[in-house]
Amino acid sequence: MNMIEGHVAFEPAAGIPVWDIDPYAEEVLLNAEDYYAELRRHGPLVYIPKYSVLACGRYDETREIFSDHTRFVSSRGVGLNDFKYGKPWRAPSIILEVDPPDHTKTRKVMARALSPKAISGLKDAFREAAERIVDGLVAKGSFEAVAELAEAFPVTVFPKALGMVDSDRRRLVDYGAMVFNALGPDNKFRRAAMAQVPDIVPWITAACARDRLTKDGLGALIYGAADDGEVTEEEAAMLVRSFLSAGVDTTVTGIGNALWCLASNPREYDRLKADPALARPCFEEVLRFTSPVHTFARTANQDTEVAGYGIAEGTKILCALASANLDPAKWGDPDIFRIDRKPVGHMAFGAGIHGCVGQNLARLELEIVLSVLAEKVDRIEFDGEPVWRPNNAIHALDRLPLKFVAK
Amino acid sequence: MTNVTFIAHDGTETTIDIANGDNVMRAALANDIDGIVGECGGSMMCATCHCYVDDAWADRVGPRADGEEDMLESAACEVKPTSRLSCQIRIEPELDGLVVHLPESQT
Ligand code: HEM
Repeated sequence: MNMIEGHVAFEPAAGIPVWDIDPYAEEVLLNAEDYYAELRRHGPLVYIPKYSVLACGRYDETREIFSDHTRFVSSRGVGLNDFKYGKPWRAPSIILEVDPPDHTKTRKVMARALSPKAISGLKDAFREAAERIVDGLVAKGSFEAVAELAEAFPVTVFPKALGMVDSDRRRLVDYGAMVFNALGPDNKFRRAAMAQVPDIVPWITAACARDRLTKDGLGALIYGAADDGEVTEEEAAMLVRSFLSAGVDTTVTGIGNALWCLASNPREYDRLKADPALARPCFEEVLRFTSPVHTFARTANQDTEVAGYGIAEGTKILCALASANLDPAKWGDPDIFRIDRKPVGHMAFGAGIHGCVGQNLARLELEIVLSVLAEKVDRIEFDGEPVWRPNNAIHALDRLPLKFVAK
Repeated sequence: MTNVTFIAHDGTETTIDIANGDNVMRAALANDIDGIVGECGGSMMCATCHCYVDDAWADRVGPRADGEEDMLESAACEVKPTSRLSCQIRIEPELDGLVVHLPESQT
């Protein structure tokens, strides 16, 4: 068997176009819109020889593959490695990287802790923190928004919501980036991530232990499910850690990307100020327009077909969620950022049974940050060039110098 | 194709044709049925596609999905024995003529 990036190499079925590109090259990750346009132009599926994978970037097929958990499984990994043939760098996630019925059990526990009703009690604390941070930045005028707002807000509210006693901003943020970089090929981003494991993982594991959490947070709800016998104690600990891997860096990215969208589109920001009720739909459009999670993979668990093309068992398929979110066939004018678009069906949170279990919390965070901005900030302006940070699965800013003009 | 009738809170009736295999929430959105929001897109993470299955159909639609009960607790309107998340009702030919009632509000 010829292996490549931890999965079996294969020849594409007849008719599938072959495209010699490295989707994980730094310059591609930094200018991904061109790659997505070309990906969609090639057809519903393309074969990428460098990694021996298929890739899809049109809306219909991305949605079909991503939401069909029977044909396209997660248990063989949602990155390039096929867990059937090798041990992953960490024990597989018991929610993200499993299929039903295992998934159904853990998902239920997480979904209950993160339902709209369960998290509604966090609203006041979130608003208070957002007001305090934004007031400080308005007083300051100029600042670097990735560190001082996009990271500062989730790192203030999220560990507390979870019930964490320990806090370490760098490790909390870098943990997510590390886990997401690990989904890519063995490139420099993945190698740098792997080098961080010995520093970050033991800290996270210790900070998520039952006795390091308060009794009134989301973490305690998960350990409560262990008391009720729904999951084991060890499973509960893993689920609590998944809040941090999946819930910090992603929302940091969501906030940074929202600020970038609004600074780039001052008219849209004016509309948000005029009608702060647009905060929620505005975030949906930020998600569609910038896709904080740009690519996840699936593995075909049987011989099958998509759009009439044959797909062999064991095939890794890169699903470019960001490309689906920019597909003109679905959205008409995808390159326009319009806060009242209400892009129902966007793929930024995935789709189907694995669709983001933390989406209510992400929406709550962003709804509050955007409403507080609309109340307090008259204009959001660039104060220097934004710099993007390449990552194998995340589309995030590295630096965003901004100016807030007070109301 | 299978016929499904939506009865809004004010009594307005709309009947649409839904492809077999699709779910009621997605079909409602595609046909601009007011009264279904479907914020999470069908991942059973919200309760904004809440509907009441007409008594005559309750048995044929089948039981709630695993986890659906928990999420229904987040519904904006009263949860009744016939309450379902419409994203979890998959259309099959046997459901031809299905009637669902919509709550007053979803948020
Ligand atoms: C803007 C913020 C966020 C984005 C863009 C995002 C994106 C995603 C995506 C695309 C998936 C689907 C993965 C797949 O199908 O393979 C996912 C799943 C997941 N997300 Fe999020 N997420 C965000 C925030 C959060 C938060 C705040 C939490 C935790 C509180 C969280 C926890 C999870 C977990 C545990 C899963 C796995 C669910 C499953 O496999 O059933 N996410 N997220």
